[in-house]
Amino acid sequence: MIDRTMTPLLEVRNLQTHFFTDQGIIRAVNGISYDLHEGETLGIVGESGCGKSISAFSILRLIPNPPGKIVNGEVIFEGTDLLQLSDREMCAVRGNKIAMIFQEPMTSLNPVLTIGHQVMEPMVLHQKIGKKQAIQESIQLLSKVQLSEPEARMNSFPHQLSGGMRQRVMIAMGMSCKPKLIIADEPTTALDVTIQAQLLELMKGLTRDIGTALILITHNLGIVARYADRVLVMYAGRIVEKATAKKLYSSPSHPYTIGLLASVPRLDQDLKKSLSPIEGQPPDLLNLPKGCAFHPRCRYRIPKCFTQSPELEQISDNHEKACWVDVH
Amino acid sequence: MSIKPKNSLLQVNNLKKYYPVYTGMFLKKKIGDVRAVDGISFEILNGETLGLVGESGCGKTTCGRSILQLDPPTSGSVIFQGKDITQLRKQELRAIRKKIQVIFQDPFGSLNPRMTARNIIGELLIIHGMTDNKTEYHEQTDHLFMSVGLDPAMADRYPHEFSGGQRQRIGIARALSVKPELIVCDEPVSALDVSIQAQIINLLQDLQERFQLTYLFIAHDLAVVRHLSDRVAVMYLGNIVEIADRAELYINPLHPYTKALFSAVPIPDPEIERTREHLLIFGEVGSPFHPPAGCKFHPRCPFAKSVCREEPPFPGKTIDDNHWVACHLIQ
Amino acid sequence: MSSSVFQNQSSHRISTHGVGSVLRSIFAYRISCVGFVIILMLVIMAVFAPSIAPQDPNVQDLYHVLEGPSRRHLLGTDDVGRDLLSRVIYGARVSLLVGLISTAFSAIIGVFVGLIAGYKGGITDMIIMRITDTFMCIPGLILLLVMAAALGPGIHNIIIAITLLGWTGFARIVRGQVLIIRELPYIEAAHAAGASGFRIMFKHLLPNAMAPVIIAVSMTIGGSIMLESAAAFLGLGVQPPTPSWGEALRIGYSYLEIVPLFSIAPGLMITLAVLAFNFLGDGLRDALDPRLRGEGKKVE
Repeated sequence: MIDRTMTPLLEVRNLQTHFFTDQGIIRAVNGISYDLHEGETLGIVGESGCGKSISAFSILRLIPNPPGKIVNGEVIFEGTDLLQLSDREMCAVRGNKIAMIFQEPMTSLNPVLTIGHQVMEPMVLHQKIGKKQAIQESIQLLSKVQLSEPEARMNSFPHQLSGGMRQRVMIAMGMSCKPKLIIADEPTTALDVTIQAQLLELMKGLTRDIGTALILITHNLGIVARYADRVLVMYAGRIVEKATAKKLYSSPSHPYTIGLLASVPRLDQDLKKSLSPIEGQPPDLLNLPKGCAFHPRCRYRIPKCFTQSPELEQISDNHEKACWVDVH
Repeated sequence: MSIKPKNSLLQVNNLKKYYPVYTGMFLKKKIGDVRAVDGISFEILNGETLGLVGESGCGKTTCGRSILQLDPPTSGSVIFQGKDITQLRKQELRAIRKKIQVIFQDPFGSLNPRMTARNIIGELLIIHGMTDNKTEYHEQTDHLFMSVGLDPAMADRYPHEFSGGQRQRIGIARALSVKPELIVCDEPVSALDVSIQAQIINLLQDLQERFQLTYLFIAHDLAVVRHLSDRVAVMYLGNIVEIADRAELYINPLHPYTKALFSAVPIPDPEIERTREHLLIFGEVGSPFHPPAGCKFHPRCPFAKSVCREEPPFPGKTIDDNHWVACHLIQ
Repeated sequence: MSSSVFQNQSSHRISTHGVGSVLRSIFAYRISCVGFVIILMLVIMAVFAPSIAPQDPNVQDLYHVLEGPSRRHLLGTDDVGRDLLSRVIYGARVSLLVGLISTAFSAIIGVFVGLIAGYKGGITDMIIMRITDTFMCIPGLILLLVMAAALGPGIHNIIIAITLLGWTGFARIVRGQVLIIRELPYIEAAHAAGASGFRIMFKHLLPNAMAPVIIAVSMTIGGSIMLESAAAFLGLGVQPPTPSWGEALRIGYSYLEIVPLFSIAPGLMITLAVLAFNFLGDGLRDALDPRLRGEGKKVE
C-alpha cells in the first residue's frame, strides 16, 4: 500500500507554463499543485489542450523555449526543486531518476541507430558500466518487456519493428536505469486495443516490481479507471478535480468530470441510454472566459461562475474539486 | 453468408482488394499481393446501422473505400439497390455518388482549406445540379448548416476557423446535402475529444432518424460501435470473423478475437474494471502480405488447435438467424 | 496537447486567402518589404519614364560623347552623346517587360503541365516529366545564341527563349505539390462527391498548390531579368536604339577606364532589380511556407 504520511516523492506547487505566441499568451498550465508518493500511479485525464502533457513536460523541463516558459512554481523531487537545477544537473535526472515514455513510438526513436544502441545509451550514460555488461543488461531488459527474440532485435532498426514493439523498446529504455518516476504521455493512444492492453499490463507489472511511481497521462477514462490510484482531471490548464480513482468514478463532483463520464459510451451500459455530451466547444486557450473557464459549457453555473475562478477545495477525504456549486 | 434479411440496401459478395507488390528497378516483377480485403460478404438493410470494427490494418477502411468505388475492388461485387456498382461507367457512377456518401475520419484534412464552409457543403449541390441560383444555393446551404447544429452566420468562414467538432459537422453536412441513402462513416469520431465525440454521435443518431439514413459505421472503438449499430461485423486481417446483432454479440461473443477485443477495452469504472475477467491475447497482428495459413488468427489464439493452422474457417457457421462466426472451435 | 496548440498556430500562418493577405504577409517580413518597395520604384520608373527622364534617351549629341557627370547630364553621356540617366530610366522598361511577360508565360505553361502530370500520374506523368527534364538540360545562353541565330535577335525571341527555359521549374514545383495534395482526404472527398477531373484539378488541387508558385514567380522574374541582360550583353537582345541595361553594359564595358559610370550605372540597376525580386521571393517563402524558414527548428 502507499504510505501517504511519508514525504511525497514529487511535489508540484503552483506550476505555471505559458507559451508566448504572436497571437497572445497561451496559459497552457495555469497554476497546478499535486503530490505523488513512491510507487503510486497517478492518472492525469483531460481533453486535448487541457495542459496535461505540458504539465508533465514541465516536470522534466522539456518545454521548447521560446515560445514556452515555465513562469512560476516549484517541482520538488526527492527534496530538490528541479526548476532551480542547472542544465547539467537536470540531465543527470532525466532518463536516470525520471524517465519519460512518449505517445509516438515512431518518432521518439532515432531511425538511424539500432535498438541495442538506443537501449544501452542511458545505462552507459548514467550508470557508467562497461559495454559488455550493458549489452547483457539490454538483452535482459528487452526480454523483460516481452519483445520476441531480444538478441536479434538488438541489431534491428526502429522501422523494422511494429508500433507495439517500438513502444516496448521505449518502455525498456524508460526502465533501464530503474527510475523513481516514469511519466507516460498517452503511451498507447497510437496503438490498437489488444496491444494497448498488453502494454499497460506490462507497464503496471514492471512499475510494481521495481516500486516506480507512474504518471499516466491519457484522455481514456477507462485506462485511468483500471490502472490509476489517484486521478487529476484537468480543464484549460487547471486541475478541476482531484480524487482517488474509486471516488472519482463513484461520486464525480465537478460538472466537467460528470459530463466527461456521461459522454463516453460504455461496453457495459444499458443499450437504450443515449449519451449526454458536454455542449459547446472546447476552450480557446488564447481567449479564456472570465471566471471559471468551464462556465460557458456548464449546466450548473451560477452568477458567481462568470466572474470568479474557483480554487481546489477539499470536499471529503482524498477528494478535492474546483467548483462553486454543489452538484450531486 | 446465411443472414438473409429483407429489404437489403447493399450487398457485398466475396469482395477482395489486393494491392500488388513489385520488386526490381527496371523490369518490375510482381512478388505478391497485400491482401487488404480478402473475400468478405455482408449485407446492409434499409435504415439500419452496420458497425464494422477491427484494429488498424484489418482492412475495414479499404472495405469502405471499395464500396464507395474510390478504390475499385480486385474482385467480388457490390450490389446497391439490386445493381452491381463495381462495373459502372463514369456517368452512372456519378449518379451513384449522389446516393452513397461518406464522412471521413480526419476533420482537419477532409475539408479543402481554400474553400469556405458554404462552398464545401454546397459543392455536391453544384456538381449534381441540385441548385438553380445563388439565392436558392444560400438557402440550401444555410439550411444544411442548421441541420447539423451550426450557425449559418459562420458559413462564409474557412475551415481553419472552426474547431475539430465543428469541422466534423461540416463534413456531415456535406454528406447530407445530396440526401443520400447510404452513408459510409469512416471513423467519424475517433479524432475528436470525448466530450465532442458524444455530440457527434448524438447528431448522427438524430440525423438517421430524421432522414431515414442507412449507415455503414467503420470504427475501432467497440463501445462507440456498440452504441450506434444495429448489427456489428468484426474484421481481422482482411476477413470478417463474426457478425451478429449488437446485443447478441456483446452478450455472447463467440470468436476468440471478438472476446479478446471486448476484454481489452477498459470500462471507465474502477469497481467493475478491476474485478472483471480479462482475456489477454499475445503477439502482434500478422502481415496482410504474408497472412498466416489456416485461420489467420491462429498464431494469437489461446485456443488454437491443429485444424486452425491448416484450414481456413470458411464459410463459417450460422449459430442462429442473427449470429454468424468463422471459427473452427464453434460447433 | 502540444501538437494541437502548434497546429493552430501554423494554420493561422498558412491561411492566406486572396490578394489582401498575400500583401499583408509581404509587409510582415522586412526583407520582402524592402524588395517590394524597390520593385514598386522600378515599375514607376518604367511606366512614367517619359516624365521622369530629364532628356530624350535617343537624342545624340556628338559634341558631348563619353563625358562624366555634369549638371546637364547627371550620370554623364554614352559613346554617341546620349544622356545616360535617361537611358537607364528607360532601360527599366525592357528589363521589366521581358521579366514579367516571360515569367507569366512560363508560369501559365508550367502550372498547367505540372497540374496534368501530377493529377494524371502513371505514363502521362512519366512522358511529361521526361520532356521537362530534356528542357532542363538545355543551357540557357546557348539556347539564346541559337534562337538569335535562327530567328534573329529581338525582344520577342528573347521572351520566347526565356519562357522555354523557365516553364520547367514551375512544372516541377506544381507537380511535386500536386503529388502531395492529391493524397489528402479532401481530394478523396471531392472524388466521393462525384467531382470531375477538371473540377478537382482547378478547384481543389491548384489553389492549394499556389503558395510555392507565387514564390517561384518572384524568383523567376529576377532570373529572367538576368538572362535578358546577358542576352543584351551579347548583342542578342533588343536592338538599338531602344535603351536597355544589358546593351548599355556591353558598350560601356569598352570604355570602362574612361567613363566607369557608363557600365556601373546599368550594372547596378540589373543587380538591384534581381536582388529586389529575390528578396520579395524570400520574404514570401517565409510568409507562405513556414517549414522552409531559416529559424524553422524552433517551434513557433
